[in-house]
Amino acid sequence: MPETVIQTSTRVPEDAIFAATVEAGDSFVHEILQGQFVRIVDLEGNQAVDTLFYNAHNYADRYSAQDTIREQGNIYLTTGTKLISTERNVLLTIVADTCGRHDTLGGACATESNMVRYALEKRSMHACRQSFLKGALDWSKRTGHELDKRDLTANINFFMNVPVTPTGKLTFEDGVSDAGKYVELQAEMDTLIVISNCPQLNNPCNAYNPTPVRVLIWDAK
Amino acid sequence: MNQSILWEETLHGSSTWSHVLKRGTALRIEAIEDNSNVGAIFLNADNPSERLNLPDTLKAQHIARLTTGAVLYSDMGRILCSITDDTLGWHDPLGGCSDARLVEKKYGKSTYQEAKNNWHQNALDGFLIEMAKYGLNSRDLMMNVNFFSKVEVAEDGGLQFIPNHSSVGDAVELRAEMNTLVILNTCQHPMDSTAEYALKPVKLTIKKVEAPGADDVCRNFRPENGRGFTITERYFL
Repeated sequence: MPETVIQTSTRVPEDAIFAATVEAGDSFVHEILQGQFVRIVDLEGNQAVDTLFYNAHNYADRYSAQDTIREQGNIYLTTGTKLISTERNVLLTIVADTCGRHDTLGGACATESNMVRYALEKRSMHACRQSFLKGALDWSKRTGHELDKRDLTANINFFMNVPVTPTGKLTFEDGVSDAGKYVELQAEMDTLIVISNCPQLNNPCNAYNPTPVRVLIWDAK
Repeated sequence: MNQSILWEETLHGSSTWSHVLKRGTALRIEAIEDNSNVGAIFLNADNPSERLNLPDTLKAQHIARLTTGAVLYSDMGRILCSITDDTLGWHDPLGGCSDARLVEKKYGKSTYQEAKNNWHQNALDGFLIEMAKYGLNSRDLMMNVNFFSKVEVAEDGGLQFIPNHSSVGDAVELRAEMNTLVILNTCQHPMDSTAEYALKPVKLTIKKVEAPGADDVCRNFRPENGRGFTITERYFL
């Protein structure tokens, strides 16, 4: 297990301009403007928060897992990680992280992949890509900006532990997070954040008990 | 095994190629120089909103490398292509693709006007131009595979490109389980540590192959793949 670096933030909830609780199985879509800080808090511990980011002015320019891990030379995301877009822009930077590392290779659960991974009968269980689609479709309807299945790409799983070994194995392990741990990012440009608070009941990514998370936003100072 | 070659061709270095690989046919890619790289993306030709999903592919099979037995999953739980043969043991699903800025920074500027068809090209533009021929754009581009390349992940998560991984004669074979739009690009791997811009052609062979039986190496690679084949077979019923 690699050493993790813990970086706390000085921002306090009382100063936040926005705060919302996202229950497990729900989606959350919001614009984070350049300079603003967004914090995601794992309220009860071991919760996976599947997250996508887009350039708020051009959704075709969005978070790219491969470009992000290649540019930093490491598969785990933590303080200092720059989230790189498909057009090689820096969308946001992780500025604080009390968990220590986050996954971007495990993707988001889906009803279809649950059939492959667990059993054909699992199709009717709730999954992240249902929430992503619901969030995207509602956002499109509300704003008139096109956002649909084509825009759902490889995401970040905040607080999720997906180790890869030097021999090329990939596994899902118990979370490294705990109640109250958080990750905080500063937007380097105007971005759209799309969250699915993971409802997965079939693997240890949520400790088999999906729980709520809190999203807070601060203005740049 | 009953196989018949439909055609063979050479894909030049730093070039892009596409073909709708029909269910029941296979594509063999063979290195004709050392240290090749073939970037690849895969989409359902009959409905391109369904495409290769590398996170689903890796987590369903508990792998961070691709070799014989592994299959390429779409976001719909179906198998686009299976890796039925491989001489290398490791193809890279992590490193992504080069872009114009990276290629110019590493190898310098080289325009078509000066260098004609030896000009410096990059994989991202190659993919996007080829995708546009099918009415697709950057919204349809997800993570790509890099055949013939190896990027190792250290205990601490560090990524390292392994040089001199592939040699002349190395080959990988992909059997289409669906009608799959395959787009290939032979630009160098974005993490390639060699200092020179290099053109590395590969040989492509398209052939007819038998449907995967009960004893198929890919079907039996993982219990997950047995279910993946069932879901894919149902799509064609």
